[in-house]
Amino acid sequence: MNRPFRLRRRQPRRAFLRGAAGAVSTLALAGCDNLSRSEWFPKVLGAATPLNEAVAMALGRRALAQEFDEAARSPTFRSNGTADPGTAQYAAWVQSAFATYSLDIGGLCEAPQRLTLAQLRDLPSRTQITRHDCVEGWSAIAKWKGARLAALMDAAKVEPGARYVVFYCADPMSDNPADLYYESIDMDDARHEQTILAYELNDAPLPVPNGAPLRLRVERQLGYKHAKYITGIEFVESFAKIGGGKGGYWEDQGYQWWAGI
Amino acid sequence: MPAVSTAAPSLPLPGTLYYRHTLPVRIMHWINVLAVTVLFMSGLQIFNAFPVVHFGRSAYDGTTHALEIGVRLDGNGQPHGVTSIHGKTFDTSGWLGLVRDAEGEWVASTFPPWMMLPGSQWLSMARLWHFFFAWVFALNGLAFIVYSIASRHLARDLVPDRGQWRGIGASLRDHLRLRRAHGEAATRYNVLQKLAYLVVIFVLLPLMVITGMAMSPWLNALWPGWVDLLGGRQSARALHFIVAWLLVLFALVHLFELVVNGLWNHLRAMITGRYRLPAEPSP
Repeated sequence: MNRPFRLRRRQPRRAFLRGAAGAVSTLALAGCDNLSRSEWFPKVLGAATPLNEAVAMALGRRALAQEFDEAARSPTFRSNGTADPGTAQYAAWVQSAFATYSLDIGGLCEAPQRLTLAQLRDLPSRTQITRHDCVEGWSAIAKWKGARLAALMDAAKVEPGARYVVFYCADPMSDNPADLYYESIDMDDARHEQTILAYELNDAPLPVPNGAPLRLRVERQLGYKHAKYITGIEFVESFAKIGGGKGGYWEDQGYQWWAGI
Repeated sequence: MPAVSTAAPSLPLPGTLYYRHTLPVRIMHWINVLAVTVLFMSGLQIFNAFPVVHFGRSAYDGTTHALEIGVRLDGNGQPHGVTSIHGKTFDTSGWLGLVRDAEGEWVASTFPPWMMLPGSQWLSMARLWHFFFAWVFALNGLAFIVYSIASRHLARDLVPDRGQWRGIGASLRDHLRLRRAHGEAATRYNVLQKLAYLVVIFVLLPLMVITGMAMSPWLNALWPGWVDLLGGRQSARALHFIVAWLLVLFALVHLFELVVNGLWNHLRAMITGRYRLPAEPSP
């Protein structure tokens, strides 16, 4: 009769410990998910974001992103997000090989512009082989050629009050046709030597899945900053009244505006 | 107060409590446990957005992924969790790729939801957790290194002395036989324990910081090419992932050794500071 007694005495304790450990971890996980869904906790976590940005800015504002040789290029450059905007207007541009496309540049500037693709190609350009880092964790290396954004800003005579450059895009992000992709960058990044409006990928016209006819390259930030299918550029003092107010489509969904990490 | 008493004359009597861990060490230990746990779990959720381990300068360089986790439909349209290692595919349903959620339903997910933070796909939130606790971890780790040098915790308690180096073979045998330390030896860390702590503190954890920073396109640009020292940006992500699992391995061995050597005694020591010196083994 000794054995069953010992088993009975010991098992509840072990079962209790197991149960307690299980309960604690379940509670902890449920607690963490509740925190994630709360109003206040993501704001606490978000306190790290300006800290990251401040440290990155202190370490260097004008550094050039690494450039690679031809051999380092990815065999194909992956398309992510929108692969085709699918609107009637966009289809018409594709039909005309983007001959009917034009880019509107306005906002806080003295000389607003409307440029065709041919005129964009006449602006001072830059060609660079760089690595594209997606927020998801993948990366790919490709050769880009495009108009230097700084040259376009000089042509438009941007006013001193402008603090950000907003990029409006042709790709709808939901069933609502007004819900278009957009992005924004600051003046340091806009005037950066490697910041270009790319119209060529790997020595060929920019393909539709990669943002034809024009996409942004802002090399020291993650992929979602590199707006594709750009149709308009606006110089603004604040982006608080644009879209969801966070400065970009993914920023409005909770991603960081400064996407250097 | 010394973290560990080493001198034989002041040896505490077997069976009595003595002061083993100083308050700063205890506080920093538990902050580190919290931070590393959150970093690991949110890191798995971030990995879930691109469940691929690839070595190289980019993820697409024409070579096969070292590891890839995903879902594949079989001939009958049934989903399977699949894991490919260098192109060789294994069915890992239930563990990787296709797992059961809290309600027992099958869901496509790289890891089981209980391992990740948040439990279901939510990259932006995982990044918020990860970057906040990265700061907690880094500042706490920096404070620990400064403290352990200034208080001589490092020199006195963590660096093996000459006698210990000579006894490394004996220590290995003791570990394999699960033999508990007693007497004077139980008042200090053994040589394998010290080496494990030193490797974690000065190699693995700093490597996590460096490989983490190597994934930042902004930090990459500060000294162009420095990520190539790690084999490239995608290699840095692979190393970040692998070292994270090495830290899990360390935590499991650490917990195992606690159980073998008296879980409650060691747990109390890391909470209150007081450790009960084990009684001499009876013949």
